[in-house]
Amino acid sequence: MRSANPRLLLLCAAVVAALFALQFVLSEYLVLTATRILILAIFAMGYNMLMGYTGMLSLGHAMFFAAGVYAAGLSSYYWGLSLPLAFVLGVGASFAVSLVTGLLVLRTQAVAFMIVTLMFAQVTYLTTLQFSDITGGDQGLTLPTGARGFTLMGIAVDLTRDSHRYNLALALFTATLAGLFALTQGRRGRLFAAVRENAGRTEMLGFNTFRIRLVAFVVSGTLSGMSGALYALMFGYIGSAFAGFELSIEALLFTLVGGPGTLLGPLLGTGVMTLLIDRLSGVTSAYLIVVGALLIAVNQWAPAGLLGTLRDRRLPWLK
Amino acid sequence: MAEVTLLTTRGLCRDFDGLRAVDDVDFTLETGEIHAIIGPNGAGKSTFVSLLSGRLRPTAGRVIFDGRDVTRLPAHARVRLGIAYTFQITNIYTSMSVAENIALAAQSRLSPGLFGRGGVGPRITEATQAAARAVGLTERLNARAGDLAYGHQRLLEIAMGLALSPRLLILDEPTQGLSDAEIAGVTEVVRQLASRATILLIEHNMDVVMALARRITVLDRGAILAQGTPEEIVADPAVQAAYLGDGA
Ligand SMILES: Nc1ncnc2c1ncn2[C@@H]1O[C@H](COP(=O)(O)OP(=O)(O)O)[C@@H](O)[C@H]1O
Ligand SMILES: [Mg+2]
Repeated sequence: MRSANPRLLLLCAAVVAALFALQFVLSEYLVLTATRILILAIFAMGYNMLMGYTGMLSLGHAMFFAAGVYAAGLSSYYWGLSLPLAFVLGVGASFAVSLVTGLLVLRTQAVAFMIVTLMFAQVTYLTTLQFSDITGGDQGLTLPTGARGFTLMGIAVDLTRDSHRYNLALALFTATLAGLFALTQGRRGRLFAAVRENAGRTEMLGFNTFRIRLVAFVVSGTLSGMSGALYALMFGYIGSAFAGFELSIEALLFTLVGGPGTLLGPLLGTGVMTLLIDRLSGVTSAYLIVVGALLIAVNQWAPAGLLGTLRDRRLPWLK
Repeated sequence: MAEVTLLTTRGLCRDFDGLRAVDDVDFTLETGEIHAIIGPNGAGKSTFVSLLSGRLRPTAGRVIFDGRDVTRLPAHARVRLGIAYTFQITNIYTSMSVAENIALAAQSRLSPGLFGRGGVGPRITEATQAAARAVGLTERLNARAGDLAYGHQRLLEIAMGLALSPRLLILDEPTQGLSDAEIAGVTEVVRQLASRATILLIEHNMDVVMALARRITVLDRGAILAQGTPEEIVADPAVQAAYLGDGA
């Protein structure tokens, strides 16, 4: 079968290959940073599915990230579930949460949608604080060191080793990239774009736009939760900050900077912003001001984000 | 060929806060006919056909399509049954190419749903090209729809309706704002299409109506004023008084 967007497919393959090679040149510390970037990029890619491709701006995606964090983390902490099982549970929980939430919040649109998603997320955040005797609340919980490794299909993975963590994150990132490529390019991708640009017309062409939105919402939430589950298990820590408003904003920020509605934009945005925040927070405690200024600058000169602007000016296939 | 009823309405009404835009309309459409709806601006023509397509909900009454009560069916489900609607105010995906606009319509028929069957790509392309050819947009398939001249956007709107291969195509003032040459083109397209679909045509241009319609319904202030063949309508004194009369 012919690929829907061969040039983008090639670029994605090159990016994955480059990411794989990266571990042989980067310092140990930077490999750790790159691991974090890959995991958070999955979060941003999930966010992008909804915001970039389908045109719905959520302010509450931390709730899905947190669903993954807590379902995976708590089941590992209390029940001693093996890491792969805890991970699957985290993904399953965020799938369920996004399905139920989606059925409720997709009755609203635009500003109302932003407010409702924000409210749901705040309820989630407060819940993690309310039940702090279980969740560890703000302080959080550190997962036992016994739960830092596993063997799956004959491969022993040790999550205290940087290279193992990096390659595991890269594998899941690659799977996400491949899945989203299939969903956002070609015939299917056109449907999400149609809903984003003109939902009324799409309905009158015979498409159930609620269902298309719901699919985008659930994919988006589930990927966010997968990122959360991975983050929690990988770094052995769960805490309320993972359900906080800042995290929802980060998903938005990463996507906006990289380019909403571009497949590789979230990776770029997450990379640029994570490195920047890491550097800046070492220099000044007022780094958020710099981040804010940067966001305004991007909005001014590259409103479609870095890759989005490139797409609009030069490379229409970069989507 | 015996006449077979494709669509009927019973007591169809639609209110807009206090204003009755469609008033107790009993209407019958036969399979295979070209049926024109005429009437002055604000008569309720667009509202009436929106009730048929499901874009609007009726305040009262029923819509029966092919023997089935579709009154409660959402618009997208009615399109799937074969009721296609082209908008009076051009409604296209301006940032997409002409080809993508038409392909979306073709896709709706050939591969409905997100996870529909694969391998229909070539058939979608084929249907897209056929619809573009029918309205004369082949040369502009790669243009951005928003960059098209107004007349071409109207033609694109019609091509999207064609690509749905509907059983009933509702055309809401398709020739509005077109040049004489383009109007002749659209008239021809509609005539050709009539062998494959039933057509409900809202039209202000009486030349087009007379050239195409087998039957005409005149709407006035939301209600049916007269109904009949073009000759009957032209001769109808009530119609002449209310509508055709002025200036003629
Ligand atoms: N969405 C709406 N809200 C309020 N009034 C409307 C709406 N749509 C149409 N109307 C009113 O209903 C009447 C019929 O309009 P319409 O169906 O567009 O007439 P036509 O297509 O025959 O020109 C007009 O008085 C119009 O102002
Ligand atoms: Mg009208």
